[in-house]
Amino acid sequence: MYSNRYIFLYASAMVIIVAIVLSTAATLLSPFQERNIRIEKIQNILASINIESTKSNAEELFGEYIIDAKILDYQGVEIEGDAFEIDMAEENRKKPEDRNLPLYIAKIENDTIYIIPLYGSGLWGPIWGYISLEADLTTILGANFDHSAETPGLGAEISESQFESQFKGKKIYDDAGAFRSVSAIRGGARDDDPHGVDAITGGTITSNGLNDMISNGLKLYEPFFKKLKAI
Amino acid sequence: MSNNNSQQEPLFSLKNKRLLSNPIGKDNPITVQVLGICSILAITVQVKASLVMAVSVVAVMGLANVIISILRKTIPPRIRIIVQLVVISSLVILVDQILKAFVYDVSRQLSVFVGLIITNCIIMGRLEAFALNNKVWPSFLDGVGNAAGYGAILLVVGIVRELFGAGTLMGHQVIPQAFYDLGYENNGLMILPPMALITVGIIIWIHRARDRELIDVS
Repeated sequence: MYSNRYIFLYASAMVIIVAIVLSTAATLLSPFQERNIRIEKIQNILASINIESTKSNAEELFGEYIIDAKILDYQGVEIEGDAFEIDMAEENRKKPEDRNLPLYIAKIENDTIYIIPLYGSGLWGPIWGYISLEADLTTILGANFDHSAETPGLGAEISESQFESQFKGKKIYDDAGAFRSVSAIRGGARDDDPHGVDAITGGTITSNGLNDMISNGLKLYEPFFKKLKAI
Repeated sequence: MSNNNSQQEPLFSLKNKRLLSNPIGKDNPITVQVLGICSILAITVQVKASLVMAVSVVAVMGLANVIISILRKTIPPRIRIIVQLVVISSLVILVDQILKAFVYDVSRQLSVFVGLIITNCIIMGRLEAFALNNKVWPSFLDGVGNAAGYGAILLVVGIVRELFGAGTLMGHQVIPQAFYDLGYENNGLMILPPMALITVGIIIWIHRARDRELIDVS
């Protein structure tokens, strides 16, 4: 028979050894993991301006196309900081007035492209993505979405290029200049609808979450757009 | 002492070979014992994910069996389940971290299922039934054998589902375009979880039809 003392000592020693092993592993591996996360983010940003990249050339392409990254405040005034390091999940918890708004600016064949990061909630967890606007700040050049836990085949379809490519050419302002956003419409959008794309069948809650994310996210940048248009 | 024994008994004696081969065939954890079904549903849409999962389970199970077998004489029986769980979960966390560092896209695909290796009943079952009472080498073989039995079924199901569901294997197109031109279509049902169960069912059927000993007459 083992004494209680032995059992306690055994359990304590085990826990300490395991803690040491796991924390060492986590520390040693974290540079690799952070690099992967960084590359994935870069690939997503590039995908939103319709540029395909591989893991090895992503950083190179990012340097080539993305010419600037800014952080804006609620009034559209640029503030100091590294836009790439902004944690969208954390910003999303703040009041809209207090958020730091990252913005990437790309140049493709002399056209200036504005890339806006978005963050919202789907059915099971967060969804996020990037929408790129052409120089007129109205026409969408491309979109890229991702999710953490949407249902495969249903909500998860938002990250499929088939869905994302629908956004190309859609407009976030109507002809009168009023903000309309772009929404996924249940049952399908009309072909000539400049503000609608087909929602995902069986993914209504995810689609609605996506609509809110796009409209709330883009709205935050309106002061900046106005300033830019006034120039 | 163990040296002595292994001199008397070759490393790959008939008994030891059986430890390795039985679980792949006659005593397969999935098709015969029907364990570990939950993960089969979730991750066999693509061969690559199945392969990574299979390798991860082989690593976790082989090592867990070895560690528990080394410790078997020191583990107080009253906390043995906790000790087993701690060993398994630490190994799984290690595997998860390594996947995140080196095969990030696959690890995103497997998402929670790497963590759920902890709850894979096969692993704890082998620790409790085998590693606690056996020497290190046979325990290692038993662990690897059972994990390989699990992995083999995972791969077969993965191949069937990816081939018929997407027309690809490991992401490469294998069904020629000419087939599609003739009106062949990928079977969308294959992508959905129920087809994993149906595929496993068919494998079990074939397995039992070939090995009459396994047929349950009651």
